[in-house]
Amino acid sequence: MRPSAITRRTLLRASLLSGAALTGCSSVRAGLLSTPPDPAVVSYWNLFGGGDGVRMRQMEDAYRAANPHLDLQAVTLAWGNPYYTKLALATVGDLPPDVAAAHLTRMKTLVQGDLLEELLPEDLERHGLTADRFNRRAWDAGLVDGRVYAIPIDTHPFVLFYNTEICDEAGLLAADGTLAPITGPDQFQDALTRARQVTGRYGATHGINSDTASPWRLFQTLYAQLGGEVLAEDGTRVVLDDTKAVQVLDYLRTLTVEKGLMPGSVDYQGAIALFASGAAGFHLNGEWEISTLQTAGLPFSMALVPHVFGDEYAVQADSHTLVLPVRADRDRAGLDRALGFVRSMLDQSLTWAEGGHVPTWQPVATSDRYAALTPQSHYASAADAAVYDPPGWYSGSGSNFEIVMGAAVGAVEAGDLTPTAAVAQLRAKLGELAATPPPV
Amino acid sequence: MASTDTGRQGRPALWFLAPFLVLYVLFIVGPAIYGLVMSFFHTSMVSTGLGEFAGLSNYAEALSSADFWSALWHTVWFTILTTPPLIALALLFALLAERTTRGRWFFRLAFFLPYVLPSAVVALIWIWMYTPELGLLSRAVSAIGLGEPNWLGDPDFAMVSLAITTVWWTLGFNFVLYLAGLAEIPRELHEASAIDGAGPWQQIRLVTVPLLSRTTSLVVVLQVIASLKVFDQMYVMTQGGPNFATRSALQYVFDVGFTDFRSGYAAAASTLFFVVVLAVSAVWLVMTRRQEPEL
Repeated sequence: MRPSAITRRTLLRASLLSGAALTGCSSVRAGLLSTPPDPAVVSYWNLFGGGDGVRMRQMEDAYRAANPHLDLQAVTLAWGNPYYTKLALATVGDLPPDVAAAHLTRMKTLVQGDLLEELLPEDLERHGLTADRFNRRAWDAGLVDGRVYAIPIDTHPFVLFYNTEICDEAGLLAADGTLAPITGPDQFQDALTRARQVTGRYGATHGINSDTASPWRLFQTLYAQLGGEVLAEDGTRVVLDDTKAVQVLDYLRTLTVEKGLMPGSVDYQGAIALFASGAAGFHLNGEWEISTLQTAGLPFSMALVPHVFGDEYAVQADSHTLVLPVRADRDRAGLDRALGFVRSMLDQSLTWAEGGHVPTWQPVATSDRYAALTPQSHYASAADAAVYDPPGWYSGSGSNFEIVMGAAVGAVEAGDLTPTAAVAQLRAKLGELAATPPPV
Repeated sequence: MASTDTGRQGRPALWFLAPFLVLYVLFIVGPAIYGLVMSFFHTSMVSTGLGEFAGLSNYAEALSSADFWSALWHTVWFTILTTPPLIALALLFALLAERTTRGRWFFRLAFFLPYVLPSAVVALIWIWMYTPELGLLSRAVSAIGLGEPNWLGDPDFAMVSLAITTVWWTLGFNFVLYLAGLAEIPRELHEASAIDGAGPWQQIRLVTVPLLSRTTSLVVVLQVIASLKVFDQMYVMTQGGPNFATRSALQYVFDVGFTDFRSGYAAAASTLFFVVVLAVSAVWLVMTRRQEPEL
């Protein structure tokens, strides 16, 4: 038999060689051999995809251009739970990045697990990162026992998108072409009714199927306007106000099941698609969907979610923060490199704001250039009225708390649960979580 | 001599098996044992080590949790919904594909093709087909004048929709197993039965299906285990919703382990689930051993 061109020996040799070539990659070698990190490297993990991802890369490139002697190694990981799992495991395993992005409402659990570096005032001051240069609300919301562990780079509220052509035809625009103020439950319902008369389909949309976040955000906005709270004492006590919760759920049920002003069964993408195709005059979502809708090319603008209930305005929001995971080998120079990177990101807040996020960095937030950025600056005041998910180990962006809350609210909007039954379900599920000993 | 042969071949065989065994122990057996140990501790994702000893309290919590039991039932319900059609349809299509004389390769390929797709791709395609009002299926169903079911939004119907997707996607695997089984049946048997006056339906019922019994028992075991392992479809298509109606046992484990950082409790829940899968497989194996004709 004629020997084949590739013998077993050559194949083995080739695979050994390629294996050696792979391990030649510096990060793998560092990981395998635990060599000390290169002093000129800043590693950065984030979870930004879509339009945010594009703008974050622009900001990273600007940092690289300004710091040619440093090697910025930026890694973008999938959004949500997998991200926090990886960040926690990398830190526990003592190979974390220098800087990482984290939601303000998720980073507190990491603090309780001793995974984040406390940022001391004197270190922050060296880089000009003082409390008075940040949005007060975001800064205070991020403190843990009065200490700083995270630098908020934005506030990202739940907002109201509106189709300017449909709203114009429905007579909902003010003289300057922006949405006329809507206050109170009747006015909001009336606005949706008039928008529906134009579209012939719906007044507004938001994601419900397989999207627990949007129902939760809408509920939290209206419930917080009534002054309601869900959890207290770091999540160990459920303080849900049944009367207020039922009031909000009744209202949402009226808008969906009874009046059909909003579809009670549509997923996140479908809700956007209905709005983008002109089947609805309004769309409720996080401001980050601005990029999607700009690409879709429909005539739209953005405003605060209306003040529907209560005396004091409130709106659900979260903040992206930058944190420094604990690492044993961080010296003062390493700390300064990391904080320098954070400062660079803050200085580029205007780029970041294009993606819809309200800057927390006051030098940008109060600038004329940001004021001229529309429709983004229309809802900038949301940052001062922001309501964050309540503290608790099971709470925060993308957490089981949001899933439990959003599932019940969504079931009411779909007509599967009555408001009273939804509140009973919430009490049962939250009670179980509150009674569970925290894993941190 | 057979015995000395195996003795002499034992050592080289071990060397050839070594690459597999090393990976198997390192990535399957090792973690499984570690998971079992972890289930007796309050292990947390956000701290090092096993944590505080928990005894059986994780198991007690899982067994008394309504969420755990309902997730387990969802997995069983999914298995009940998917297994019969995945076996019956695979057999039917294999018989039909076997009978075609022209373009047989096309039918074989057509039924197997969806199986090649990754679960995430399948899920995304079907999410679009199920989209209320805008989706392909919704339009098709309304066009023939039927009331459109709320495919993924109705808690009573969502699991059926997931089952339909899964049948379309994974049918090809059982189909191929049945094709292989059919190819093994000697042609003479069909010829002999035809001479004895058996019609096509009698041939299928009395010759083909009994001779496929080995294939069928293999297909059933593999299918039941595959269905019990369901996670991807729900995770991508419904996130376990609406209102937790499609949260499977594995997603429950994922939620408590990765979202809540409670690795110890998640390990206990998955150990319980493992016991269920093991029991189902064992019962089935015993049943088929007894029935299986000596061939």
